[in-house]
Amino acid sequence: MSLLSNATVLLGKELRTEFRSRELLTTTVVFILMVVVLFSFTFDTSSGESRKFAPGLLWLAFLFAASLMLQPCFLREQSNDTLSALRLSVSDPFAIFLAKLAANTLFLLFTELLMLPVFSILFNVPVGGVVAPLILVFFLGSLGISVAGTALSAISAQARMRELMLPILLLPLLTPVLIASAEATAALLDPAPAFRKDWIGFLAIFDVVFLTALWLFGEYLLEE
Amino acid sequence: MANRAIWGALVVLLVIAAAYASFFIAPTENSMGEIQRIFYLHAASGWAGMTAFFVCFVANIFYVLRRKQKYDWMGVSAAEVGLAFTTVLLITGPIWAHPVWGIWWTWDARLTSTFILWMLYIAYLLLRGMVEEPDRRALLSAVFGIFAFIDVPLVFGAIRWWRTQHPQPVIMGGPGSGLEPTMRNVFFFSVLAMHALMVLLLSERYRLEKTRDEFLEVQREAEAG
Repeated sequence: MSLLSNATVLLGKELRTEFRSRELLTTTVVFILMVVVLFSFTFDTSSGESRKFAPGLLWLAFLFAASLMLQPCFLREQSNDTLSALRLSVSDPFAIFLAKLAANTLFLLFTELLMLPVFSILFNVPVGGVVAPLILVFFLGSLGISVAGTALSAISAQARMRELMLPILLLPLLTPVLIASAEATAALLDPAPAFRKDWIGFLAIFDVVFLTALWLFGEYLLEE
Repeated sequence: MANRAIWGALVVLLVIAAAYASFFIAPTENSMGEIQRIFYLHAASGWAGMTAFFVCFVANIFYVLRRKQKYDWMGVSAAEVGLAFTTVLLITGPIWAHPVWGIWWTWDARLTSTFILWMLYIAYLLLRGMVEEPDRRALLSAVFGIFAFIDVPLVFGAIRWWRTQHPQPVIMGGPGSGLEPTMRNVFFFSVLAMHALMVLLLSERYRLEKTRDEFLEVQREAEAG
């Protein structure tokens, strides 16, 4: 119980820090928008073509955005020298990860939902009827990205060339999330929308597996 | 020293014998012809590489739990050796695929997941180069190594569902699969030879890492004193 209450307090801190400056959210939204617009130059944006390629491109944009958005996650604590204080404040270091990955999932989900109508208009893909299942896919995909990404940003924050190291460590690890999310999204955006339980279940499995791995091994990443 | 030389010579002989067996003892495959002989190198390197990555994974877990330097040495050695064997796998694959499938590369489940695996271990070695402090480097790379290895079945599962063209497993596959007995014997002999080579490289690489670490330790002490 203390784990959850600790994590909730820390999540409040993460959200407060972000909403005071809104730096991360604004830059991420602008970044995704730019990537999506640039993608439109690389292929025909007629409806039929878009349905085939757009889900993959959209998730690629989310993945790139996440690999930038997750950079300051632990770096901010390091440069402000608050990591030790954070560690002392909780009995279980997993609470720190839990709070950070919950915050990252919320930030990602928020930017993704903001981009969804823009994407739908720019690429001629109507999303009206499938918003609820799309949100589920976005949530499970973002959770997977955040779980792995939060752990790896704790690693990359302690390395040289960290801005490059995070994407290098993160992107190959997230291949399953990219495939499953893109496939599930593509099935939903089809003219005959399909709710692909298998891919959505796969995303849930990825989330659970990496959450367990983080729970078991995450604390070692925060050692002084 | 003498033991290592004898052991090394034995492994070299074993690899030569396996090469001889795959060229002259194994029968020529019916539909693919001579090119199929690359299978004995291709699949055996693949198996040896996977064993090395598994050794790396186990060493990573032991390092995280026990914090003994030897597990770190073992981890980096196994990752490098595994990467070498996987590189052989990725090079011999297209050489075999081109005459048989008519293409060098296809984004099939096993090819793609091997490629991703290869990239994950490159990332592992890159990460090691980017952390100065030895204990920190060992710990961070060990945790990343564990994450990377856990990811492998997920990558494979995802890509397998997504698309597949690679032949169904012939070894330990379903009913109706299987190799002609001589082929199977030559194959398992090749697997043995490649594993012996892998163990030899691993132990030599381990020795190198150990010596390097001990040298750096002495150097630090000398500078401090």
